[in-house]
Amino acid sequence: MLIKRSSTIKSSEITSEDNYLNRRKFIQSSTLIGGSLLSSKLLGANLPQEPFAELDDVKSSLYSTDEKINNFLDVTSYNNYYEFGTGKDDPYQNGKDFQSRPWSIEVTGEAEKTGIFDIEDFVKPYLLEERIYRMRCVEAWSMVIPWVGIPLADIIKSFKPLSSATHVRFETLHDRERMPGQKSRVLKWPYREGLTMAEAINPLPLLAIGIYGRALPNQNGAPIRLVVPWKYGFKGIKGIVKMSFVKSQPKTSWEMAASNEYGFYANVNPKVSHPRWSQARERRIGSGVFASKQPTQMFNGYGEQVAHLYDGLNLRRHF
Amino acid sequence: MLSSRKARKLLKPPVFLICILPFFLIFTDAFELTGNLGANPIEEIQDRLGNWGLRFLLLTLMISPLRHITGQIWLTLFRRMLGLFTFFYILMHFFTWLILEQSLYIPAITEDIITRPFITIGFLALLILLLLTITSTNKMQRKLQKKWHKIHRLVYSASILAVWHYWWQVKKDITEPLIYAVILSILLSYRIWIKYLQKNK
Repeated sequence: MLIKRSSTIKSSEITSEDNYLNRRKFIQSSTLIGGSLLSSKLLGANLPQEPFAELDDVKSSLYSTDEKINNFLDVTSYNNYYEFGTGKDDPYQNGKDFQSRPWSIEVTGEAEKTGIFDIEDFVKPYLLEERIYRMRCVEAWSMVIPWVGIPLADIIKSFKPLSSATHVRFETLHDRERMPGQKSRVLKWPYREGLTMAEAINPLPLLAIGIYGRALPNQNGAPIRLVVPWKYGFKGIKGIVKMSFVKSQPKTSWEMAASNEYGFYANVNPKVSHPRWSQARERRIGSGVFASKQPTQMFNGYGEQVAHLYDGLNLRRHF
Repeated sequence: MLSSRKARKLLKPPVFLICILPFFLIFTDAFELTGNLGANPIEEIQDRLGNWGLRFLLLTLMISPLRHITGQIWLTLFRRMLGLFTFFYILMHFFTWLILEQSLYIPAITEDIITRPFITIGFLALLILLLLTITSTNKMQRKLQKKWHKIHRLVYSASILAVWHYWWQVKKDITEPLIYAVILSILLSYRIWIKYLQKNK
């Protein structure tokens, strides 16, 4: 079985990692110098229609890691997105023709403001931020990915959730014609994920609309997806069409599929093994054939920001 | 009908080359001459070697029923060769895990073999195949006589363990291991059926 990785976009069109980093530095310094001057222009995120289209006015973030970013090809040709098939390059292969417009997001449940919003209007009020996060897959591999998006907390607050809302629940588009992987019954569709309200309003979670300064490719969850860097990758639900404020802990897709292996919290934890494999170490994609695995960090290295969320919680039981 | 001598001369070299091809493709893919190994080359190498090991194992088990059905005696000539290729691919699969995946880190290796059931059974299958390989020579066959057949019947246990190992390793989508399991059950049922017919003669 050959894995073809020829890309529909020419490699020359892809910003090289070096240029990319320079570009970041540039944005950083320019915001520092002319912050107030630029701020009026920065207000209002513009979401281009086409995947890969360059995003404007992206500010950098203190939450970014300075670890080496994975290359574009790895990030866009090796991932899990069962809506397009269960193979690692299926999302890339089968997501090519996916049309992510028109797209709307329904916000429901325990909140003052609810409704159905066009994706462009949904992101419009916010500033785009780049967050370079480690991504740890439950399958014991990891990457470093430069996401572009909006802090989930900002979005949540704008809908004014009621005090009765304890959790936020997300759903992926359910459309067997557009997402051929949904013809298989490998998971219960639509894909469902959720966070506690405290997790959702933590500064780290991001609703991402881009990577590498460009609009999200289909295979990575276009047009909008969740990124929760201290949790295993499957918590990062893609192609979101629904966000609900709910009164109890929602059932999530992987929990429904195998509750003994995947829990609601799914916090990265090197001390709690998956029933079938160890989570103590991880393979960093792109490190080469002869590199050894690296130790996995508690909460994927984001303990400082999130450990307090789990005070008193038995993480072995609530994995 | 093809005579055994002719089959040996004509077919053995090309069959050998075909059997070694998947192994060579890993190297040419690693250097991106024929394809590539994707973003996670270690996983890819391990998966390919394991898959080919399983395929060769099932092919080896197909020889006897095929000979039985077609009456082509020369097919037996390839049974040992396919069996040895099975061991070769499984051993390379194991070495990839040992060296590239675990970097020869002994604590992780022993922990995995002892505490991860799918690795335990895979390791057991490897040990059985090792025993079968050691006892595969003509000399050993003569030396062990009746015991040889008993020992080599262990290939059935090894094949069940191997398919089970694959099945258990897969995260959720069991389509591929299911295909192997179906083929294996056909091959094993055929043998049980033949045994039953012989008993009731």
